[in-house]
Amino acid sequence: MSLPTVFEDETISMENVGVRYRVANQRIATFKEYMIRRIQGKIQNRDFWALRGINLSIHRGDTFGFIGHNGAGKSTLLKLVARVLKPTEGRVVVRGRVAPLLEIGAGFHNELTGRENVFLNGALLGFSRHEMDEKFDRIVEFAELWDFIDAPMRTYSTGMWARLGFAVATDSQPDVLIVDEVMAVGDQAFLHKSYNRIMEFRDNGATILIVSHSMQLVEQLCHRVAWIDHGNLRCLDEASKIIPEYLEHYK
Amino acid sequence: MKILSTEPIYDSSRKRSAAIEELQEILRYRNLVLQFIRRDILTRYKRSVLGIAWTMLTPLGTMLILTIVFSNAFKISMPGYAAYVLNGLIAWTFFSQTTHAATVHLVWGGSLLNRIYVPRTVFAVSAVGTGLINLTLSLIPLLIVTLITGLPIRWTALLIPIPMLFLAMFAMGIGLTLSAIAIYFADVTEMYQIILTAWLYLSPIIWTEEQLPPNVTIFVKLNPMYYLINLFRIPIYEGRVPTLAEVAIPGVIAVITLVVGWIYFASRADEFAYRV
Repeated sequence: MSLPTVFEDETISMENVGVRYRVANQRIATFKEYMIRRIQGKIQNRDFWALRGINLSIHRGDTFGFIGHNGAGKSTLLKLVARVLKPTEGRVVVRGRVAPLLEIGAGFHNELTGRENVFLNGALLGFSRHEMDEKFDRIVEFAELWDFIDAPMRTYSTGMWARLGFAVATDSQPDVLIVDEVMAVGDQAFLHKSYNRIMEFRDNGATILIVSHSMQLVEQLCHRVAWIDHGNLRCLDEASKIIPEYLEHYK
Repeated sequence: MKILSTEPIYDSSRKRSAAIEELQEILRYRNLVLQFIRRDILTRYKRSVLGIAWTMLTPLGTMLILTIVFSNAFKISMPGYAAYVLNGLIAWTFFSQTTHAATVHLVWGGSLLNRIYVPRTVFAVSAVGTGLINLTLSLIPLLIVTLITGLPIRWTALLIPIPMLFLAMFAMGIGLTLSAIAIYFADVTEMYQIILTAWLYLSPIIWTEEQLPPNVTIFVKLNPMYYLINLFRIPIYEGRVPTLAEVAIPGVIAVITLVVGWIYFASRADEFAYRV
C-alpha cells in the first residue's frame, strides 16, 4: 500500500482529478429501446469532462471560494468533496467529517412531523440514534420551531423548512462545511443567525468551501479563491487578486 | 497541526472490494436503515383509519377471494385449503412487495444520491426490514386461519424464522440486482410487474403439486420460489420439521442470490450518481 502523500494540515487534496460524464447521443430511457439499439449497434456515447486536471490543496481552517460561470463544474467539485461522486480519474482525499449544505432539507418527508424528520435527516447525515437524542433539543432551539415540532412538515412554510434543515446539518462543528448558494432562504434574522454560526465554525478551525455568484460575499469571506472555467482550474489566488480579474473577464 | 486519530479519512483512490466497503458502510449507517423502516411504516398508515391492521387485512382479503374462486370454480376440495393459500400468499406478498419497494426507493432516492453520500444498499436493506415487519404481523391472521380450518398448531411453528430469513435473503438479492438496472431504465419497474404476475401463477400458492401434470412439474422445479414457499409452509401448515434437503436447497439459493446481487450492486453503485 502506498503511503498517503498528503500533508497533515491539509484537509482536502485533489491530484489530477477528472470527472467524466457519458452523454448518450440520444436519450435512451427505456430498457426495450436500449436492447433494440444495442442489437443494431447504434449506441454511441460522447464523453463530457465536467472537470479535468484539477490539482488543489486546501488547508485546515481555510475559507475557500469557488467562482465561475454556470456549469463550469463548481458544484461537481463540491460533490467530489462530499463523496457523492467518485472521480473518474485522479485522487481525492478528505480528512474529517463533511457537513454538506447542498440544498438544505433534501430528504425531509412531507407526511412526517418535524420531530420525526429531524431524526430521519440526522440519520441521512450519518449520525447515530444516540447522537441525535443528544442533539435534538439544541436543533429545535436553534430552528426556533418548538411550537410546530410535532406538526407534519407539509404544514411548514419554506422558511421553516430551511431553518430546520440548516439546524440539523450544522448542529455540531464539522471539519469541512460546504456552502452552495443556500443562504437565500429564511428571514433576515435567521439569515444573520446562520451566518454567525458559519463564522463560529470558521473561528473554531473548520474548513469552509463556498460556491457563490456574489463576488461581494466571496471577497468578504474567503482567504483563497479558485476560478473554475469549463471544467479546468483557471487560476487560484487570494480573493483580492482574482475577483477584479474575474469581473473584468465577464464585463 | 496534529490529526486526531478518530477523524475519518476519505481517500477516493483506496483500493478495496466494493462489496466489502458497502457492507462496512451499511453497518455504520444502521441508524439510517432503522429510520427508513420507521418512515415506511409510519407514512404508510398515517392517514388511514385502520392503520397497521391493513397489513393483516390485505392478505386476508386476497386469500378469501382466491379461496372462494378456486375452490368453487376449479373444484379444489382439500382440508385447510384456505390456510394453504394464505401461507403461500403471505410469503409471496413479502417477496413481491420487498423487491418492488427496493427498486422504487432507489429510483426515487436518486435525487438524494445526487446531493449527499449514503450507502446505496440502504434502500434495499430497509425495504427488506419493512417487509419483515409486515411479514411478522401477517403471521397473526395466518395462525388464526389455520386454527379456524381445523389444523393443529404444533411447536414446529417456532421454526418459521428460518424460511423467513431465506426469503429475506433471496428478496434482497433480487431487489439489489433489479434496482441496479431500474435506475437506468424507467420501464424495468413496469416490466417487473408483469413478470411478477406470471411468477405468481408459476409458484405453489393456489395450486398444489399433486394437481400438476407430471411434465409440468419439471419446469416448476426450476422456480426458486417453489423451494422457498414450500419451506415456508412446512412449520405452520404442515406442522412438521423439514428434511435436510427441504432446508438446504432454498438455503443455498438464498445465499447465492444475496451474494451475487450484493456484489453486482456494489460494483455498479459508484456510477449511480453519474446517471441519475
